[in-house]
Amino acid sequence: MDGGWLLLAILFSSLGPGIAIFFLPEHRQGLRTALNLGGAGTKLALVAFLLDGVLRGDEYYFSLPLMPGIDLVLAADALSLLFASLSAVLWFVTTVYAIGYLEGSPRRSRFFGFFSLCVSATVGIALSGNLITFLIFYEILTLATWPLVVHRGTPAALRAGRLYLAYTLTSGLVLFTAIVWLTLLAGAEGFTPGGYLDGLADTHATTLQILFVLLMIGFGVKAALVPLHSWLPIAMVAPAPVSALLHAVAVVKAGAFGIIRVVNDVYGAELAIELGLTAGLLVVAAITIIYGSIQALRADDLKQRLAFSTISQVSYIILGVALAGPLGIIGGLVHLVHQGITKITLFFCAGNFAETLGIHRISELNGVGRRMPLTMLAFTLGALGMIGLPPLAGFVTKWHLGLGALEAGMPWVLGVLVLSSLLNAAYFLPPVIRGWLGERRKPWNEPLQAHAGPTRFETHWMLLFPVIFTAALGLLVGLFAGLELSPLGWVSLIVRRDYSLPEFGL
Amino acid sequence: MSPPGAEWLPAGIAGLVGLSLAVAVLATAWPRQAHRVGLLGALAITAWVLGLSALFLNTGPDPEAAATRVALGGWEAPLGLMLHLDGLSMTLLVLTAVVGLATSLYSLGYVHDRIERRQFWPLWLWLWAGLNMLFLSGDAFNLYITLEVVSLSAVALVAFTGTAAAVSGAVRYLLINILGSLSFLMGVVLLFGEHGVLDLVLLEARTEAGPTERMAAVLMTAGLMLKAALFPLHVWLAPAHGSAPAPVSAVLSGLVVTGSFYLILRLWMGVFAPLATPAFGILVGMLGVAALVWGSLQALRAGRLKSIVAYSTVAQFGYLLVAFPLMLVDPGAWRVVVFFAVVHALAKASVFLAAGTLQHAAGHDRLADLGEVLRARPRTVFALGLAGVSLMGLPFTGGFIAKYLLLEAGLGTVLAGSFIGVLWVLAIAGGGLLAAAYVLRMVAPSFQRGRADAGEAVSPWMDWVPLGLATVAALAGLAGPLTLNTLALTPGAP
Repeated sequence: MDGGWLLLAILFSSLGPGIAIFFLPEHRQGLRTALNLGGAGTKLALVAFLLDGVLRGDEYYFSLPLMPGIDLVLAADALSLLFASLSAVLWFVTTVYAIGYLEGSPRRSRFFGFFSLCVSATVGIALSGNLITFLIFYEILTLATWPLVVHRGTPAALRAGRLYLAYTLTSGLVLFTAIVWLTLLAGAEGFTPGGYLDGLADTHATTLQILFVLLMIGFGVKAALVPLHSWLPIAMVAPAPVSALLHAVAVVKAGAFGIIRVVNDVYGAELAIELGLTAGLLVVAAITIIYGSIQALRADDLKQRLAFSTISQVSYIILGVALAGPLGIIGGLVHLVHQGITKITLFFCAGNFAETLGIHRISELNGVGRRMPLTMLAFTLGALGMIGLPPLAGFVTKWHLGLGALEAGMPWVLGVLVLSSLLNAAYFLPPVIRGWLGERRKPWNEPLQAHAGPTRFETHWMLLFPVIFTAALGLLVGLFAGLELSPLGWVSLIVRRDYSLPEFGL
Repeated sequence: MSPPGAEWLPAGIAGLVGLSLAVAVLATAWPRQAHRVGLLGALAITAWVLGLSALFLNTGPDPEAAATRVALGGWEAPLGLMLHLDGLSMTLLVLTAVVGLATSLYSLGYVHDRIERRQFWPLWLWLWAGLNMLFLSGDAFNLYITLEVVSLSAVALVAFTGTAAAVSGAVRYLLINILGSLSFLMGVVLLFGEHGVLDLVLLEARTEAGPTERMAAVLMTAGLMLKAALFPLHVWLAPAHGSAPAPVSAVLSGLVVTGSFYLILRLWMGVFAPLATPAFGILVGMLGVAALVWGSLQALRAGRLKSIVAYSTVAQFGYLLVAFPLMLVDPGAWRVVVFFAVVHALAKASVFLAAGTLQHAAGHDRLADLGEVLRARPRTVFALGLAGVSLMGLPFTGGFIAKYLLLEAGLGTVLAGSFIGVLWVLAIAGGGLLAAAYVLRMVAPSFQRGRADAGEAVSPWMDWVPLGLATVAALAGLAGPLTLNTLALTPGAP
């Protein structure tokens, strides 16, 4: 149990404040904010400490027996740290944003309680050391997110919540069954780079194929793979910080992270290729990328367009994993971070437009660049990053994915990438163009000023600063991709450390 | 050489029976102070049971050494009465103590009328004593007697508020119980006539798969199924459990039905074990699937909060029936079944207590009009939700661990080549979704936008105990290895 306390502390740094917040009376705003920011800050510091330790080569491991032969295992490898640091950083930012966003609205104790539970579950997913632990946190995430989705309490929100639960709980049961089955066959092994199923490949090939499909259904619903994606665009009725968290860090990413774990650390890329599993996954990912983009093109509601864009963008991660070569995996893993930073920026911006000016549709964005230049600038950076313009984050991803496709000998994937980039441009440029170049004749609606009085900046500072921070982050991770501690550098380290593929070289 | 503390076990067992009886008698004799006696008694019994379990576990890991038989008055079987403690009874004693303590604390707030208090506490303490003796009884006749003590006090508890609905519910419950007990007693008589002994251990050694045993098995099992409300003999449960006062519902759904189920399990693992055939197993499993579906559908249609919870008991007990064919393939699965029953009892009792708080606050429990109270009482809704998660079998609760183990056993039968196993797996996995649907019905209104009104004030006990017990049900997820190890201390069981 070396350093297991650190992993537990990371988990409890959000769980503890979360539980405390549940019991806070509504009016204790100061204490609630202190708990929120204290938890988020503590987690950030602890994850940084862990990062340092893992870089030095320390081992972190915690286990607790749950059932005969089956343990709850927390472990920190380079891959889990990628996801853990992403969620720690973005949680901090989203907490600040959410405090600003929900100022003066009712039932904040409930909101922030579940918000913290949600992040604890996400970090738990990141630090899970085996499939069963993963499943436990994955299902807790489902449950903790539902109250956030229905937070507004409108009939539309409750309907979205029901749909969300119907999709996620059903897929959760499929996943549950598959994991129990797999554990019966192979034992409760921990995640192993290169997989741990080699011994079963000859005797149980068909079973392994069926199990892979079941696992992909289980994770695919949260990762919004077509045709399991329908809940995601509807769930965007949730408040903006929730959508941001859902799309960038928590739910969607949990699904994608699960797929990464299964392909790389349960089956292993080689076995997955041998059983013909990656080919199928690749096709599904490609279809999802194109389909999501086309749907995004048709949506006028800004958040809905962003939601469909998520469907498309998250499948880049899956695509990279399914390419199953070192460069493809680098592209996929690095997009886990890049998509998170970029998409959270875009959702924050959409929230700012809606909160400050009451804008929900793209057709209403005309001239918003003059009223809210900083938010619009951030939106532009995010949009261009998604399109993949160098030197922004999205470019780094697409470059590696393209190289990975060539490396895997599948040039048709390049076609998918090009087509999808064109579609990205087609649906992201119109809002940008309207925002900067469009004309607004009427004076703006100002719902925020109407109920909170004039603001010093273009909007409440707690709404503005997170946007600027994440937009700048998106720029920096692209510009300094060559540094060792950039997401790209870290991902290369993972691939070099964990995937001992002989032909690897950058 | 016996492990340290083993020599105290017989005294501990006899002492537990004595203590439970003494508390019950004292409360009956001194009704004015019944609630004080009850509270002190509940604390004392709980402490005693926990101490006993520590002693018991300490004498492991050899089941033969740990299991203890005490001859009352020094008369050995077949002449005298034997008390019998093993891993199975120890587990259920602890469960009874936990739920019993929570119910007692809750009742301090719930039963505040002075007259009602005098009636409630003695009855409840007799019920508790009956359950403790039921789990400690080692022979068929004694089991019958303790079962009667439990049933009669339960009937009186259903009726004690004296309203017309309560009395008619109680009368129906009484008739069902008498029918069940008679059927059980006839089976006992048949066995005694054939073998001349009542002690379960002696009986087990003498029984074979003969016609008398078959007849006795049918009679006794049918009687107990009636009492445990196992499908299709469940129709009485929802009206009785739904109309009883909340702490009584919690005890009925959490402990009393579990007690009857305990007896079924005990008999089929011992005396009737030779009679279980695969075809019989499939029949029971099918009944379980039907119970799961039917109970859940009724819970989805019911208009009253407590009816939903009561039907959920029918559905959840379906799992126990589904597990029967699994036990035939993997005899070790019985421990999973007991763990499931324990976890269910904890969760179900907390759901009933939470429902009682809401009902008390609103003055009714019609789900359609409960929104205002649900919105104003997040703590109670949280308890409802947390225990509900355990009923759904989702992490991180005891329900999840139980579900995992059941699913593992189910998939095990499939991998062993049984086609019907696929049905069991589907039922075990799919039942969770149905549970999620009816739990959501109870919880979702609290998220709806609208007016919030806390309704009538409730005592802090009623506010906090459901949440506490729900937390215990959730944390039972950590108690998996401990429970399974305790159950393994049952001699003769696989």
